[in-house]
Amino acid sequence: MFDSCADPKTLEGLSWFLCFLTSGKQLLFYRSFFIVLILLAVTAPVALAFGFGGAMAARSRIAPLSWFGKGYSAMTRGVPDIVFFLFVPIAMDQALEMIRHKIKCPEWTDPIFRGSDFVVCQQAKFPLSTSPQIYHDLYAFTLAVIAFAVVFGAFAASVIYGAMQAVPRAQMETAEAYGMTDRQAFWRIMVPQMWTYALPGLSNLWMILIKATPLLFILGIQDVVYWARENGGYKTEHFDYPHPDWRVYYFLVLLVFYLLMTKGSEVIIGRLTRNLSHGQATLAGERMRRAGR
Amino acid sequence: MSCYQTLLDYGLRSIGIGERLLPKSDFTLCEHFVLIGSGFVWNFYFGIFALMFGFFLANAVAVAKASHNPWVRKPAEWFIFIFRGSPLFIQFFLAYESFVLLPRVGFDLPLGFTTITVETSWLTKAWLGALIVLTLNTAAYAGEIFYGALNSIPKGDIEAADAYGMSGWPRFRRVMWPTIMRLAWPGYTNEAIFLFQATTLVFFSGFPAFRQQGDALYYASYFSAKTFNPFMAYPVIAFYFILITLALTWIFGLVNKRLNRHLPQNLKARIRLRPQLIR
Repeated sequence: MFDSCADPKTLEGLSWFLCFLTSGKQLLFYRSFFIVLILLAVTAPVALAFGFGGAMAARSRIAPLSWFGKGYSAMTRGVPDIVFFLFVPIAMDQALEMIRHKIKCPEWTDPIFRGSDFVVCQQAKFPLSTSPQIYHDLYAFTLAVIAFAVVFGAFAASVIYGAMQAVPRAQMETAEAYGMTDRQAFWRIMVPQMWTYALPGLSNLWMILIKATPLLFILGIQDVVYWARENGGYKTEHFDYPHPDWRVYYFLVLLVFYLLMTKGSEVIIGRLTRNLSHGQATLAGERMRRAGR
Repeated sequence: MSCYQTLLDYGLRSIGIGERLLPKSDFTLCEHFVLIGSGFVWNFYFGIFALMFGFFLANAVAVAKASHNPWVRKPAEWFIFIFRGSPLFIQFFLAYESFVLLPRVGFDLPLGFTTITVETSWLTKAWLGALIVLTLNTAAYAGEIFYGALNSIPKGDIEAADAYGMSGWPRFRRVMWPTIMRLAWPGYTNEAIFLFQATTLVFFSGFPAFRQQGDALYYASYFSAKTFNPFMAYPVIAFYFILITLALTWIFGLVNKRLNRHLPQNLKARIRLRPQLIR
């Protein structure tokens, strides 16, 4: 990065360290923190949408839809989430390639599952084996996002479903008395009020989501854990910046990063809770009304 | 090969008893069930021992966090903050990498009838290193649950104890602790379930599986990597986990019943499974 770093072998002390911290591999390590942040930014709204959809399905009057919604929100109760993280991407990938295989190569008669192989024709591969690396990376990341969204959508569905049930019945009855249709009462009365009941559960979920992000490593994404292991490992004299095994320090950095993330979230959620309680028919809301805020 | 033969060969494969080579191709449903089930020995081991040691530590942590003395309170607060605020996955990595750096030495530990040599290299093995991490982790989560329960002991209970002239240890042992357990038990049940689920992370983080002796998820992912068919191995492990969740709910429900046996019927705390508490 700096001109003085051209020949790292000649450097010593602080300048060596500065050059080491700005070397190419290190920059990739820093970049991977943004991957975590992007994952959080993308997954949270998608999972929330999944959860909302699941909760709405669970409330539906149509029995199969309601079963689906309830089954979805119960899905992750007994089974570890990591099982879903391993299962969903492979299943999605195979489903996609199988559909493409059926469309693009209808003349193939060989079975797709051959003993211990999964074979589709070359054109059905996705992304194509000839496409540039960036598409493969993006595809892997998208699958990871979907896996996270499915699992956390299931958690969110049960939280939101509970929150919808918790909205005081009197509020809905008032809406009916005003002549609102079911749809109007749902969107205008229940949805705005449920957030204050959903917030404790959802904030808990957000914390869990933050703490689940290192699992990206298991999905084969070059995330913070990958680069911490890669850069922290023992580097011989053949490398530009030889150093002993520093993985402990790298993981300490990760630990501090996650602690800061969770602590920061806690502070922000505390503020959000205060704002959301404003004007609500709850104890906290009543207290704020009395205090004249 | 009959399923009984498979059971003999691979039933205890995960702890190194039986056939050494894993099946390579043409996996049967029986092999899925047997091998993944054998991996469950590890999940059981980690879950039960971490829960056992963690329980005592959690009580100590909760009492320490409620202490007025900052020299006792602050460490407990930091302990809970660090283990609850960071991912278990990172904790495993960090623990493994620091255990690896320890000098390799052995201590002789006389046990009276025999002497065993305690080696620091044991810490880099999953059976001890991962167990320590899991124990500390569950102690932090359960400690927070117990601390919450400690704060919600009804004032009248303490006043009644004072009126009987109880204080210090007898008051804690006979009045406070049973109430803490009663109030915390539903939350602690969830914690126990999620601890068992967290044991699946052991062999996916820093700790290597020695001679392919891994836990249930290790074998499940082995199968799905070999067959490219995730629809067999993962439902099998899901089946096992649902079984263990039901078993845990049942056992903890019995304890809950005993803890609440003096209360009128309508006041008893019911255990609700809540998925919000995983790490």
